[in-house]
Formats: sequence, C-alpha cells, structure tokens
Amino acid sequence: MSLKNLREATRIYLVDPLKLISRKKSGLVALFGLLIYIIMALFGPYLVPLDITPKPGKRYLPPSLEHPLGTDFEGKDIFSQIVNGAWDVLYVAFLASSFTILIATLLGSISGFKGGFVDSIIMAVDEILLTIPQFPLLVVLAALVRLDNFTLALVLGVLSWPALARAIRAQILSLKERDFIEAARALGLGLKHIIFVEMIPNLLPYIVVSWILSMTGAIYSQVGLVFLGFVPFTSHNWGVMINLAWTWGAIYHKDSVWYIISPIFAIIFFQLCTISFASSLEEILNPRLREVR
Amino acid sequence: MSLKNLLRAVLGNYLFKRALRAFGIIVAASTITFFIIRLMPSNPIEIFINQMMSAYGMSYEDAKAMALALFTIDLDKPLHEQYFEYVTNIIRGNLGTSISISPGTPVMNVVTAFLPWTLFSVSISLFSSFLLGITLGMIAAYRRGGIFDRVVSTVAAVTSAIPGYLLGILIVVFIGVRFGLINYMRGAYSAGLTPGFNLPFIVDVFLHLAAPFTTYVLSTWGGWMLSMKANTVAVLGEDYVTVARAKGLPEGRIRTQYVGRNAMLPLFTSLAISLGFIFGGSTLIENVFVYRGVGRLLWSSINARDYTVMQAVFLIITISVVVSNFLADLIYSLIDPRVRVGG
Repeated sequence: MSLKNLREATRIYLVDPLKLISRKKSGLVALFGLLIYIIMALFGPYLVPLDITPKPGKRYLPPSLEHPLGTDFEGKDIFSQIVNGAWDVLYVAFLASSFTILIATLLGSISGFKGGFVDSIIMAVDEILLTIPQFPLLVVLAALVRLDNFTLALVLGVLSWPALARAIRAQILSLKERDFIEAARALGLGLKHIIFVEMIPNLLPYIVVSWILSMTGAIYSQVGLVFLGFVPFTSHNWGVMINLAWTWGAIYHKDSVWYIISPIFAIIFFQLCTISFASSLEEILNPRLREVR
Repeated sequence: MSLKNLLRAVLGNYLFKRALRAFGIIVAASTITFFIIRLMPSNPIEIFINQMMSAYGMSYEDAKAMALALFTIDLDKPLHEQYFEYVTNIIRGNLGTSISISPGTPVMNVVTAFLPWTLFSVSISLFSSFLLGITLGMIAAYRRGGIFDRVVSTVAAVTSAIPGYLLGILIVVFIGVRFGLINYMRGAYSAGLTPGFNLPFIVDVFLHLAAPFTTYVLSTWGGWMLSMKANTVAVLGEDYVTVARAKGLPEGRIRTQYVGRNAMLPLFTSLAISLGFIFGGSTLIENVFVYRGVGRLLWSSINARDYTVMQAVFLIITISVVVSNFLADLIYSLIDPRVRVGG
C-alpha cells in the first residue's frame, strides 16, 4: 500500500471516527471509561502494587482512605486486587474476541464467496457448533485441557465464531449482488481489488463493532468458568475474587459486601462501556447511516 | 396438478429435507460431545472400584465384577467400541445407569428428578419476560422520544448488558443477606416439607422461584423490549398502517390487528428458538441459587465425571435446541411462504 493510501486509510478509519465520536456524548463517555480500564490493566500493577500477605486484624474493613474499597476475608486491600485483576480479564476478552472475529471473518467470507460444496461444509459445521450447548461444552473442555489465559481465549474463540460467521456470510452474499460490485466486475478490476477495496471497507464497520461486542460474551464465559471453579486459580483476577468471596461466605457476612460487589461492578461497568461504545461506533462507522446526515 | 397439490408437495418436501438435516445435526453434535466427554481425564469406574475396596474391604476382582454388573458402560474397551455400544443403547431407548452421582440408578430416573424444576422455572420466566418485553416495547414505540421510551430503553440496555449470574449474586447479597431472605434463595424448596400438592409446599416452591425468576427476567426482558420497539417503529411506517388510518379504522383495532401482530411475528420465531433452552436451564444461575435443575445436574455430573449422566443431559439439550429451531423454521415458513421456495 502506498503512502497516500495509508494516509487516506488513517483518515477514514481513525481520524474521522474520532471526530465523529466526539459529537456523540454516550460514545465519548464509554470510550473514556474503556481507556481507564486499559490504563488500569497496563499500568495499574506499577501504581498500586498487590500486597497478598494476610492481615488477620483487618478483616472486612469498610472503605476508608487507606483502603478505598475496604478489605477482604484475610485483611487484604480490595482496591489493589481490582486494579491488579484487570489485566487477566481484559487480556482474555481481547484475545478471545480477536480469535472469534478472525475465524468468523475468514470462514464466513469463504463461505459467501465460494458457495457450493465449501459453503455447505462450513455451514454444516457452523450449525453443529451452534447446537451444542456452549457453556457446558466449555466446562467439559476446561476439564480436558489445562486452561491458561491463552488457551482459554483460543477455546472461547473456537467456540463462538458460528453466529458471527453466518452474519458475515449473509453480508457478503448481499454485497455480491450490489451495483457497485457489479460495476467493478464489469470494469475488470480483479478479485483482489473487489475484495480489499470494494467489499472489506463495507464490512469493516460491522467487523469492528462485532469484535468489540464479542468481548462481552468472552467475559461472560471466562468469569463464569472461574466462578464455578473450573479454571485453576493462577492469579488475582475478578472471577477469582467473586469465587473466593462467594465461597468465603458472602451469603453469611453482611460486612463482606464490598469484597463481592467490587469485582462484580468492575465487570458490569466494563460491559456497559463496551456495549455503549460499540453501539455509538456502529452509528458512526456505518457508511450508509453517515450518508443520511 | 392443482395449485393446492403443488403447494402440499413443496411444503412436504421442504419439511422432509429440514427434518433430515435436523436429525443429521443431532447425530453429529452428540457424537462430538460423546468423544469429548470420554476423553476427559480420570476414570469414574476406577474411582468407584477403589471406593468399594476401601469402604467394604472388597478385593479388586469383586469390586470390578460389581462395577461391571452395576454400570452399563465399560471404560476399558476401545473408544470406538464404547461409541458403538452407546449408539445401539440409544436406539433401544436405553440411556444407561448413573456412575457416580447415584451409582446404579438408571440415568432416566436421575434426569427426570431434575428436569421438571428447570422446565418449571425457565418456562415461567421466559413467557413473563416475553410478555413484559413486548408490552413495554410497544408502548415505547408509540411514545418514542418521550420520557417513558428513554427511561425504559436505557434500563433495558443496561440490564441486558449484565451477565445473568452476576445479577443473581447481587440479588443474593443485597436482598437475601440484607433482609434475611437467604433461605428462599437456596434450593427449589425448603427441607422438611413433603413434596406434593399441598398448600405449604406450593407456596414454598413459588417463594424459592422468586429470586431465579427475577434474575432470568431481568437479564432477558431487555432484548425482547428493544427488538419489539424497533419492529413496531418499522411497522408504523408501513403503507398499510397509513391506509388503515385513512380508512378511519378505530385506533385500538389498528394497534392490535395491524401494528401489534405484524411487529410480533419475527419475535415468535425467536421465542420458538428460546424454547430450546427451557430444557437446559442455566448452569451458572442454577448454581448461584443452588436450584435443583438440569444445569445444576450437569455441573455436578461434570465434577463427579458421571459420563452417562453428562451424555444424557447434553443429548437432551441438543435435541431440544434442534427441535425448537426446526419449529421456528416451520412457523416462519407458515407465516412467510417465500421461505419454502428457497429452502
């Protein structure tokens, strides 16, 4: 790609959307929220170091200046656990949704472009995977394979592409019939040009929005698995915190409420930011919606 | 050939093709789950034999003979032979006996002890959530842009963004623990009551249903509401609604017969698909409330490596999902004849 194309591409996919998103209040707030989460995951551990020595005298303290979110069942600071637990959750969500999008885009577009036998095979596999109950299958796989963050993300990606692949295939099929593709074909512009210059820019908004949205699904399954205790506890992420709070008696101790709601609200706010950002992005990136303006 | 016969032939053919495909999907999906389950590490029959040896002082041979008599599967055989046995047993309608949850009990009995609770809780929640969603969605569509619409749409978007089991935990922590209602959030009924058609038991069952019901409804109504609103807004812009208004039809009739009906049609197919999940329940939500349903059964069978129970639960869920998808297709092809031609 030449420099001019690159500059053009950054303008279309980076500068313009940022300009547009600054006009939409909810999108801007969500973007700001997501940035806080990302900063927390990347730099949090250096700013708020994790102290895991138990302090029996300080169990279940309410929030104070010293402990902004109180302390847990062993007297450890909850706020530092939240900050240090961000990385795992965000990393798995990011990686899992990237795998999902990669597989779904690849198989969905092959299915849509090629049609015929290849299409029927891919769609059959798609339908079979959609039929097997996802979360239970994930639980069984968690017993079968030792899931560290990377393999967990990979498994999540492999299990959750089918619905998206269907949608992408449908979009490709409808794009194939459009006039401008027909025109490009008639001009003899070649398959490569048609795919990368004519089709992908039209699909890209959808792909980006789905990529962001599928992070929420990844978080649902990941935290759920940890909560049920099917993934070995390797570090202090939010799922582990919820599991520990639950098993250490959140249902008996009224004063343990900060320990269990902190990770839950950390997850809920992340989900809300993600979904709200994705839906504002959808409005902004969709070229057809933009033309109306 | 008359038009009626032609239609019947096309419909019959489409149905036949769809049914065949559905059957193939069930076979493929249950084959995959069979092998994944059997590849899980640890051998439940070996564990049973060891338990018998340490608890009753049996010799290995005696315990092994007992296991062979008690259980319908033999994990020492090669995997393909095990699979062949599994398939022939299923054709005979035999799901085998449970290995570790309640050794020797037919799997059918184990499953039927849990299935009614999931059917009961999830179906009530599903229909309530559907009704709540379409009602509020339609009102919001008529008053779009107003305060009601903005508040309800925002709440719908927020509640459906929260994972259901986290909502469940919040309900336990903020309502159960705070107000001392925790006993009604553990299990499907209180211990000590005799199950049956007596008033205390029925009241107790509904009290225990409240928390999981609220969780299911809160996490699903938003989806119904938002799509009903979108559909209604789309239908309100259709020409036939304008024509109906121009004809001077009463507004109430337009709302129910013209707008409501057409806006709801696509949702009925989604409802049919959701019916498939009535049989599976939610492993996570049932675990939060220790509700004795299929999801909880699946969780304990995975923990105990009870292969036969796991296979049965997976099979039930797979069949119900495929059948409900089939039903959804059927409903859609009845509503929209164009689908049948393409099928």
